[in-house]
Amino acid sequence: MPHDGHHHDHDHGSELTETELRVRALESLLVEKGYVDPAALDVLVETYEKNVGPRNGARVVAKAWDEADYKAWLLEDASAAIASLGYTGRQGEDMIVLENTPETHNMVVCTLCSCYPWPVLGLPPTWYKAAPYRARSVSQPRSVLAEFGVTLPDTTEIRVWDSTAETRYMVLPMRPDGTDGWSTEQLADIVTRDSMIGTGLVEAVS
Amino acid sequence: MLTFGMITLTRPDPAVLRNGLPAERPVFAAPWEAQAFAMAVELNQRGLFQWQEFADLLSEELLAAGTAQDGEDYYRHWLRALERLTAAKGFITEPERAQRQAAWDAAAKATPHGEPIALEKAARGGR
Repeated sequence: MPHDGHHHDHDHGSELTETELRVRALESLLVEKGYVDPAALDVLVETYEKNVGPRNGARVVAKAWDEADYKAWLLEDASAAIASLGYTGRQGEDMIVLENTPETHNMVVCTLCSCYPWPVLGLPPTWYKAAPYRARSVSQPRSVLAEFGVTLPDTTEIRVWDSTAETRYMVLPMRPDGTDGWSTEQLADIVTRDSMIGTGLVEAVS
Repeated sequence: MLTFGMITLTRPDPAVLRNGLPAERPVFAAPWEAQAFAMAVELNQRGLFQWQEFADLLSEELLAAGTAQDGEDYYRHWLRALERLTAAKGFITEPERAQRQAAWDAAAKATPHGEPIALEKAARGGR
């Protein structure tokens, strides 16, 4: 329960919400029965809070922009090309990278739940998990993109990719003009998470 | 409370808010969300279930009536899916969970504010 900083009398007990009680019940039983190790749970939480995030994907994108060979490998065998940078782990085993071009704009959704390429993008943003995005990105992708501030020419075909528990997608956004000669680090800095989901474009602002 | 190394990557877009897509939240909005997340990932890493089995249940929960449109209750559905899966796999029975939940409730109520809440051995059903 939240503490408001005021002095509390200690003549009444603490209160856990029903959800908190359920989590404690499940976790304490799993630990006692040896199904999970509490230390491993702590490591996982720490990892996904602090270490795994869209900066990983941004480095993949920057390298692909910078090195034609790497880009070809990434589009051919994304899992291996991404793993070569050290980004491995759950939900990233079977990756496919989709290249955005002036002709084709790719965007990614998981209509059923929230499958998402954790090793390169971290955990999904709330809107990705929410029903409106899951439903509407398939039926009205242009209007969803507009809500993200993305307007594409009518001549650009929009392809929406539905992730599954087996296959995870990441978008390789278009490299913006005006970034010739930039270092990989500089390029990585302008790559946004949304651009790798396909709900954003990368702009050359540093 | 908890942030992610993504500040520079996430430019809050007012248009997203205006048009009804939900606002950003931290990776985990509360510690219990993180715990629920980690339990499922750890069980899967240990090969105790296939991710597809969990994804199917999660999908069912998310499609059920009453799910928040803004994704705010996502981890509650995650937790329910995990409870169902651990019961279906025979790891933890529903009565066992109910009993343990009651024990935690009693322990919390018997613990003064600000002190860590611990289960007495007896409350664990004599284990």
